[in-house]
Amino acid sequence: MSLLEIENLSLTIGATPILKGVELTVLPGEVVGLVGESGSGKSMTALTIMQLLPHLARAEGRVTFDGIDILGATEDQMCALRGDDIGMVFQEPMTALNPVKTIGEQVAEGIRWHTKAGRAEAEDRARKILDRVGLPEAKFPLSRYPHELSGGQRQRVVIAIACALKPKLLIADEPTTALDVVLQAQILDLLRDLVRENRMGLLLISHDLAVVTEMADRLTILRRGEVTEAGDTARTLSEQQHPYTRELALASMHLPARPKPHLAGSAKPLLEVEGVGRDYRGRRKSLLRPAQPIRAVDNVSLTIEPAQSVALVGRSGCGKSTLARMILALDKPTGGTIRFRGEAITGKAEAELKPARRDMQAVFQDPYGSFDPRQKVEKLVAEPLHLLEKQPTQAERREMVAHALDEVGLGPRDMDKYPHEFSGGQRQRLSIARAIITRPKLVVADEPVSALDVSIRAQILDLFAELNQKLGIAYLFITHDLTVARAMADEVLVMHEGKIVERGRTADVLNHPSSEAAQALVAAAPDLHRAIARRMQEQG
Amino acid sequence: MTMHVDLPEETIAGVLAKAFGNRSFLIGLAITLLIVTVALVSFVWTPYDVTRLVIADKTQAPSWAHWFGTDHFGRDILSMIMVGARNSIAVALVAVGIGMGIGVPLGALAAARGGLADEALMRVNDVVFAFPALLSAIMITAIFGPGAVNAIIAIGIFNIPVFARVARAGALAIWPREFILAARAAGKGMTRISIEHILPNIATLLLVQGTIQFALGILAEAGLSYVGLGAQPPMPSWGRMLFDAQTRMVIAPWMAIFPGMAIVITVLGLNLLGDGIADILDPKSRRRR
Repeated sequence: MSLLEIENLSLTIGATPILKGVELTVLPGEVVGLVGESGSGKSMTALTIMQLLPHLARAEGRVTFDGIDILGATEDQMCALRGDDIGMVFQEPMTALNPVKTIGEQVAEGIRWHTKAGRAEAEDRARKILDRVGLPEAKFPLSRYPHELSGGQRQRVVIAIACALKPKLLIADEPTTALDVVLQAQILDLLRDLVRENRMGLLLISHDLAVVTEMADRLTILRRGEVTEAGDTARTLSEQQHPYTRELALASMHLPARPKPHLAGSAKPLLEVEGVGRDYRGRRKSLLRPAQPIRAVDNVSLTIEPAQSVALVGRSGCGKSTLARMILALDKPTGGTIRFRGEAITGKAEAELKPARRDMQAVFQDPYGSFDPRQKVEKLVAEPLHLLEKQPTQAERREMVAHALDEVGLGPRDMDKYPHEFSGGQRQRLSIARAIITRPKLVVADEPVSALDVSIRAQILDLFAELNQKLGIAYLFITHDLTVARAMADEVLVMHEGKIVERGRTADVLNHPSSEAAQALVAAAPDLHRAIARRMQEQG
Repeated sequence: MTMHVDLPEETIAGVLAKAFGNRSFLIGLAITLLIVTVALVSFVWTPYDVTRLVIADKTQAPSWAHWFGTDHFGRDILSMIMVGARNSIAVALVAVGIGMGIGVPLGALAAARGGLADEALMRVNDVVFAFPALLSAIMITAIFGPGAVNAIIAIGIFNIPVFARVARAGALAIWPREFILAARAAGKGMTRISIEHILPNIATLLLVQGTIQFALGILAEAGLSYVGLGAQPPMPSWGRMLFDAQTRMVIAPWMAIFPGMAIVITVLGLNLLGDGIADILDPKSRRRR
């Protein structure tokens, strides 16, 4: 008997149809992947199962969990199910935890609520499950608060909460999207083990075809609220009967064309980073001893040449974003010098930095967070223009913004819109427009595509490649995603615990990693080809 | 695949549509408008002159001639309430203005600078916060003598830390966001970012706090007048009317009931308005009506 059975589920919110006739089953001990792009209704399907739908949502059809009719269940019945028999891992580890409660309290809370266990017993179980998800008490005491943990660690706490009571069904909504590849591989392993141990059903929701292929026995592909294809993972992906399945698979493996690869050693360096370090004040371990500083970046040196594209890869927390911020002069190094076009930018006052800032722009990860929601596109994209020596007139500004928008594939009419009127991919285009409006020589892009859908991501990578070819912009891509490095970079730098441990041409580093850190990254990176091949092999 | 809770920013038409569907906003707005209108009308017309004492008409019960009755000097209570509204609103409004004008920049500065500056500013804030408004009013009165202006200053000072805290808390939530980082990468300084990005994003917070402080200001003004530290006679004020009424509660209860009701209704109206605004502007609370 299936654990979860969704039959002909339709969902509307207000007058907007969200899901149309969705069918899905999950058997005990089975991993089912639910794949689709933003807005395809994946998360809404999950929320329907949990009955956590927004107000005004109307669901029709049948959803049966373990013999219980979910759509007809009362709130009390659902409260008993949620967190006990059905666990859920949300996609946003930053907001899924209560910032004012310790991680121990938050894990123990559900245990106490559902099992009526005492505080000590619940804490004991919380300790065990936290240890299980990779947060051993010695390093991560229960008294830690969410803000003291990195994104990956927070997601582990979320998984600990969801799995603490060994649920029959775990719904994991993009559980590893915010994690680096090594952590992702570990979390996926953990989820796989939990499924095996407890004969738990797992509904894995993801936009990442490679991840789902590695994990799921069966998969269901959603598009605009409808199931386009469903079935055995290996067969579905090897046969690719539905055009949309093929489209997704192609986009996942997309490599942008860069006809003019950069030739190393051709010019004098654009950016030189020499022996740069950054210490943060650590926590005091004892009243008598001074706090040991935390070394986020440790004696890093690197150079980037004009028009060269360099990827800085590393696991989350390895210091790559801190390094990026120092390069952008948004953070001050504790030691070392950073020279941009031969001039030191370290230790300069904000006013003196203007010329450097003009030629050095940034693209950030979160296409939703990187725009002030209260300003129009014209103002947002024009923001760096105030770095210019001569301030453009209103008409010139509009002209420049229109031109930048055109270069990233948006129209001049988009100028008078607010950021919320754009999709994630379009916002990332806006971000790029803002970065190139001053015609910079270097763009530092911190995880520029990791929040995007595969097809959009392919387009954005193409755009980056095109601008590199057309405008000769050098890139520093900060990423934990090796496919981005493979697609975009001439050179790869591997960073580990604040140090650069490997540097070389992209193909060399990614195909024959020599350092341990690089090997771990390469081994953990999900790869669709490899995953399909393995699935096929397993099934003979 | 992000199901971000970054709900669409509101269009003006959308906000208006929501405003007209929000009961507490509508009731609050109606009451507030009524009080403001009454106060404005009192500048040009009141049923009777509030400065003229007609001892022959003293402590008359409500009648057609005097709707709300008269006080112990024969003054018309309705007229006094009308003029008193002017006083209450002016004091509360200016006090909120002082609080916002000084508190918000301080809070924004504390959030922007962080570290020692933040610590110092907020601790000074705490000291002011710990000081009851009444006490500072008495102190100011002791130095400058009683009067409406000094009441304004006292209440205004009491408002500063409230706004400083709200502004700082709101700003702290905005600073780590990526669009601030983007603005910094574009070379914008602390002040400019605070004005261009931080303030517009915490404006709704401040607006809601402003309405609440406005209501509290009216209460505080009534309290100060009641103990004789607010507006001085012959300028009528609601708090003073209550003080005058207290010894005559048995013989002339209307002397207490009507000014009391004026205070309650005004504060209630402002609180409803504040609640309503918070509901309307907060996308997460749209289902609450």
